[in-house]
This record gives sequence, structure tokens and C-alpha cells, in this order.
Amino acid sequence: MAAGEFFDEMHKPDGSVRDAYSGYQAWYGEQEKSFLKRKHRDAEHAFRRTGITFNVYGEDEAEERLIPFDMVPRIITAHEWRKLTKGIEQRVSALNAFMHDLYHRQEIIRAGRVPEHLFRNNSAWLPHMVGFTPPGGIYTHIVGIDLVRTGPDEFFVLEDNARTPSGVSYMLENRETMMAMFPELFMRVPVESVSNYPRRLAKSLAACAPDCAEGKPVVAVLTPGIFNSAYFEHAFLAEQMGAELVEGRDLRVVDGRVAMRTTWGYKPIDVIYRRVDDEFLDPLSFNPDSVLGVPGIMDVYRAGRVTIANAPGTGVADDKAIYSFMPEIVEFYTGEKPLLPNVQTWRCSDPDSLAYVLDNLSELVVKEVHGSGGYGMLIGPAANKRELSDFAAKLRANPEGYIAQPTLALSTCPIFTNRGLAPRHLDLRPFVLVSPDKVDITPGGLTRVAMKPGSLVVNSSQGGGTKDTWVLKD
Amino acid sequence: MLGRTANSLFWMFRYLERAENTARLLDAGLRMALTRDSVSAEEEWRSVIETAGHRRGYEAKNATYTGMQAWNYILRDKDSSASVLNTFQQIRSNAREARSAITSEVWEAVNDSWLQIKDMLARPVGEQRVGEVLTAVRRAGTLAHGAVLGSMLREEGFHFARAGTFIERADNIARIMDIKYYLLLPSLSYVGSSMDTGQWDMVLRSVSGDSAYRWLNAGQIDARGIVSFLVLDERFPRSLAYSHAALRENLAALARIHGIEGTSNELMRESDIRLSGLSIEDVFDKGLHKFLTDFTAANSSIAQAIGQDYRFLA
Repeated sequence: MAAGEFFDEMHKPDGSVRDAYSGYQAWYGEQEKSFLKRKHRDAEHAFRRTGITFNVYGEDEAEERLIPFDMVPRIITAHEWRKLTKGIEQRVSALNAFMHDLYHRQEIIRAGRVPEHLFRNNSAWLPHMVGFTPPGGIYTHIVGIDLVRTGPDEFFVLEDNARTPSGVSYMLENRETMMAMFPELFMRVPVESVSNYPRRLAKSLAACAPDCAEGKPVVAVLTPGIFNSAYFEHAFLAEQMGAELVEGRDLRVVDGRVAMRTTWGYKPIDVIYRRVDDEFLDPLSFNPDSVLGVPGIMDVYRAGRVTIANAPGTGVADDKAIYSFMPEIVEFYTGEKPLLPNVQTWRCSDPDSLAYVLDNLSELVVKEVHGSGGYGMLIGPAANKRELSDFAAKLRANPEGYIAQPTLALSTCPIFTNRGLAPRHLDLRPFVLVSPDKVDITPGGLTRVAMKPGSLVVNSSQGGGTKDTWVLKD
Repeated sequence: MLGRTANSLFWMFRYLERAENTARLLDAGLRMALTRDSVSAEEEWRSVIETAGHRRGYEAKNATYTGMQAWNYILRDKDSSASVLNTFQQIRSNAREARSAITSEVWEAVNDSWLQIKDMLARPVGEQRVGEVLTAVRRAGTLAHGAVLGSMLREEGFHFARAGTFIERADNIARIMDIKYYLLLPSLSYVGSSMDTGQWDMVLRSVSGDSAYRWLNAGQIDARGIVSFLVLDERFPRSLAYSHAALRENLAALARIHGIEGTSNELMRESDIRLSGLSIEDVFDKGLHKFLTDFTAANSSIAQAIGQDYRFLA
């Protein structure tokens, strides 16, 4: 595809710079190339020092890798951001209402808007949650909404991450790094701050504490441990929130509460921000071999004596088949048309759709319904004949397992290379906090960028990088 | 604070202290070997390996004692859990476990040192590089302690870190002295005999106490003076008395924070009673070896008790 087919975040088709980037461009034009090249090299060193690395499974000596960082910010105007936040708020509120309904009266199924088999066959669906309402009625405490842009006003939701969205530490550390490298830039361009995210998170979680919490709620971050790929982020958030970073082996049920072993003895926890998957949470209820969880925690949870964020069983919403129903879901619970559209999606479980997908495989992106992280997907235009025919066979064998979407013309933004600026495709993940008080969206997010020219895959597991994300002040 | 986090902090600083003391010991060995003929140099490296507690592992892999083999084994042998490289791996892994309880300054000091030392020890260390490696290891301790003193809250975490430091320091110094005690003994019975002052210098150097000792004693070197300096002199930060006092202070602070004294405080007091008013004559009357063995045992029971008092393990 030719360059002109994609929306360029920084430049207009005539080559002039869009309003959002005018301040940045003015600064950039004044910088010595050698200075920028030096900073480009410094950035990696800075990240390695602070320890923002992720572990790669299966590699020698649990190698820690850096996610590439690009120093050209992705910039969003205040006006664009306002529109996005309205759409995100609407979508997240609907998601939360949907979760409550799914585990209670299932009105949406009775109304025939969503087929029952969709979640009955879903491994993320938890019977333990039926008829139970989590403290404050909140299921999706922390959500990451993946957005892609194809034009000036065309933003689409590509995925809802309602299970345990990660990457927020990059939003924060990318900004810290940018401010340390280019302080003068931030004096010239007014950018909304993201640094209070941990405080907002702590406040939002505390607002979801169970009734038995006395005084200031005790919040803890539950991590699988130092070998988890996102351990850095878990430790970082705990430190920034002033919360304890706990592992399953620190916890036990004491007097009907979940308690952590402190130097003083066992101390009850009110809110657990868990970064452990559902199936490992409680060996008594789920995977009996799990050593990452706490025996009996689900009983305490169902007695309403601890908050688990996000609520167990919310993973249903990450399912890509459910995703394809989001327009109906938004409309059903909010009574409004969705402000943020979905990407057109074919459910391969439907015979007509399957036929269409098979006929047009070389132009589509096909994803596993339960997959994540860019694994197990087919990008039609980038695949060779053999890959296409192999994938077609997989599709025919298990059509329910897949959905297909058009190959999106993801917008581009320049990255810094030693030969100057060069456009790369990107997406955007804003982070959303939900409490009974409000839906709180930090102005910024995680911008993921494909580092290879022409590549549409932005996942870090596939070599993608990140950028600082700026929302301009009015 | 979590018991597990307290444990990580405690061990992070024990390992850091251990790595640093190993570097000092190697440094002293290097210096000795340079000023000796090859026969005594070999003897010297044997002694360094012995003192560092590596003899069994080393002899399984090496038939002879040379400096190059000895320092490479101690610094970077992959199979030896006590090698400096593996010790640093432990330091960093404990720092990661305790990441939310240490400041960014402490974390960055440790992480920076780890990156540097891992890189330096990625290939065999030759004569030209050994000095800079040992400096880097010592500096890792200096940087981390500086960051702790300058940035950490005087809360539980700080005191666990300090307690770990001084437990380990006392243990290491007592061990170095114990291995060398036979060198110091003869001069007590044979007053005036021509002892190998180079060996005494080595003992002082391996705890970086040579210049402090010279300054305090106007260059007079004798066994009594050295033992007295390393055991009893509270002014020297690597003496047993100093380490013991610093440990006492941190355990008292922990008891104050918790509002209750535990077994560790009790054992500390017993140890204090044994050591208070002790003179160098008492030490020699008892026998230096016996004294050091008792001291090390008491020191490790205090370490055990800290873990129990503060619920390091479930």
C-alpha cells in the first residue's frame, strides 16, 4: 500500500504539520541532529537502568528485554481527547452493566440481543459469580481500551481489555523519560500530566472497598512473582500507590478475611488489585495446582469481605466474539448509539461469514476468539500462499474459534531513526478506572508502535515499541 | 511491611556485604602475591580460596593454585553459588523482590552495579582487569549504602537492611580472622620472634583496615594490637565491636517500632553481656579460635531469631 493511503498523525497530505504537532515541530526543527541521535541512544540506557524490562519466557537465564522506546511523542488535541473520553466512558459503563447482567438476570439474552452460547462456551465464564454482586457493583475496575485511527475523525475500538490490562507503567515511565531528556520541550508545549495515575488508581480502588473495611482501606497488589513478564509493572504500581506488593504465599484466610503476613503478624486486606489470572486465584475453587493464589479466597470474596479487582469472571469481555456484539451491548445498557464504533467483524461461526472470510482471506486479519498478544493471528496481506491455505484449513476445522476483520489502514506517526523521521503504524490504549463514584480516564495512554516499516503489528511480543502519549491542554 | 519483603531486604544487604568482603579479600591476596616469590604466592592463593570458603569447589576444578584461576573461580564460576557473579544475581533478585520497599535511588544503584559487574564478568578476567573489577564490586557496596542512608525512611525496611549488613560483616570478619589466627598466635608465645609482618598486613588489608590501623598505632605492628583493633576497637567500622554495636542499635530500633522485644533482642543482650568489658587478654586467655567460633555462633543465632521475630517465612 502506498504511503498516502494512511492517515498521518503529524503531517497533512500537503506535507504541512497538523495543529497538534505544531509546537513539537517548531522545537524539533531547532534541534541539532547529533543531539537527537545522542538522546536516542541515551533513552535505552535510561530504561535499562530503571529496570523497565519484561521477561521473555523460554529464553536463557530468564533474559530481560527492553521494549523499544521512540522519542517522538504521539500527540492528541484536547478536542479529540474530549470526544474519545465520552466514547470510552459510555463503552466502559456498558461493559460493567453487561457483566452484572450476565451474572444475574441475563436480560440481554432474554431480549435476544446476544446469543447464550457465546458465553456458555467461554472458559472465562465463572459459575462462582452467578447471583453475586461485587462490592460497589464494580466488575471492571481497570480497563484498557485499544483504539486505532484511520482518519481525522475516525477512531475505532479494536479490543477491550477488561481482564488485567497491562502497560500503564510504560505510560508513566515514557513520560518520565521524555521529561528527563527534553525538559525544555515541556516548558514550551502544554501537556496534560499523567503522573497522578497511581494516586487515581489508589483512590479508585479504595472507593470499591467492601463494607467491612475500617478506616482507610488496605490495598495490595497481587503478583505471580519476579518471574512474571510484567513484574516490573506490578512492583512499580505498588510502590507508587504506597500499597503492599504481595504474592500468594504471603496470603492466607484468617478469621474470614484475606490477610497478609507482615512483620507484625497477619493483617487483613480490603482490596486486592490482582495481576494473577482467574484460574490461579484460588486452588480450592479453580486450578488445584496453583501456588500463585490463596486457598479459600473465593469464599471470602463471595461473603463480601474482600474486593478483587478486576472481578473474577470479567475475562468474558475480552472475548473477541463478545467484542463483535459490543454495539448491541452499548445500546442495550445505555440506550444510546455507540459513540466509538467497532471495527467491522465477521464471526466465522456464522456460515455466510465463514464463506466470505475464506473467499477473502488474503485481505483480512483473522484472530483467535480467545487469543491475545498478537499470537495465533493471520494477517492476510502479509501471508504467503502456504500460510493462507494452512490457516483456511484451521478455520474450516474450528470456525467458532475465529473472527475476521478488514486489514485496517492504521494511522502512522513518525519515529526517530538515524536517517531522520520515518512513519510507522500505531495504536492507542487509554487506561480507564471505574469506581461507584465515577469513570476516570487519565489523559494519555500507551501508544504502541510497529518499529518495522509497513508493519501493522504493534504488540511488544512481536517486536513493537512504545511512545509517550501527549494530550494537549486547551 | 511483609515478612517476605523484610527477608529480601535483609538478604539483599547480607549478599552485598559478602560480595564486598570477598572483593577486599581478593584485593589483599593480589597484593600479597605480587610481593612474593611464586611458591609463597601459590600458598597465598590457597589461603584466599580457603578463607573465602571455596576450597572444595575450587579443587574439584583446579589442580593448582594460581592467581588467575583463583580470582576467576571466586569472581565468576557459574557452578559456585558463592561466586561474586552469583552473589550479585542474588542481590539483584532480592532487590527485585523488595522493589516496592526500596527507593528508586537504591534500586538504581544496585541495578547499575549489577549491569556493570555482569558485563565485566561475562568473560575471563585477566591481570589487567582484575583490579578494576574488584573496585567495581567494592563501589557497588558504597553506592548502595550511600543511597540507603540518603534516601530511605528510617522505618522497618531501613533497619532490616542495616541488620543484614552488620550480621554479615561480623560473620565475614570473624571468619577471616579465624582462618588466619594461627599466624597471629605464635608471636604471643614467642615474644620478639621475627614474625612475617606481611601476613599481618594481609589480614588488615583484607578488611581494608591497614591504613586505619597504621594511623592509630603509629606504624607499630604486633599481633596483640591487630587482634585488639579488629575485635574490640569501636572506632573501626569493620571491627567486630563496631558491627555488633551497629546491629544492636538496629535491633533496638525494630523493637521500638514494633513496641515489643523479641528473641533477637534477648540474644543480643546476652551477647552484649559476654562482650562488655572484654579485654584483649581475656580473648587470648580464652583462645582466639574459641572466641571467634563462639562469636560466629552467637551472631548466626541472632540472625535466625530476627527471621523468626519478624516472620520472614511462613
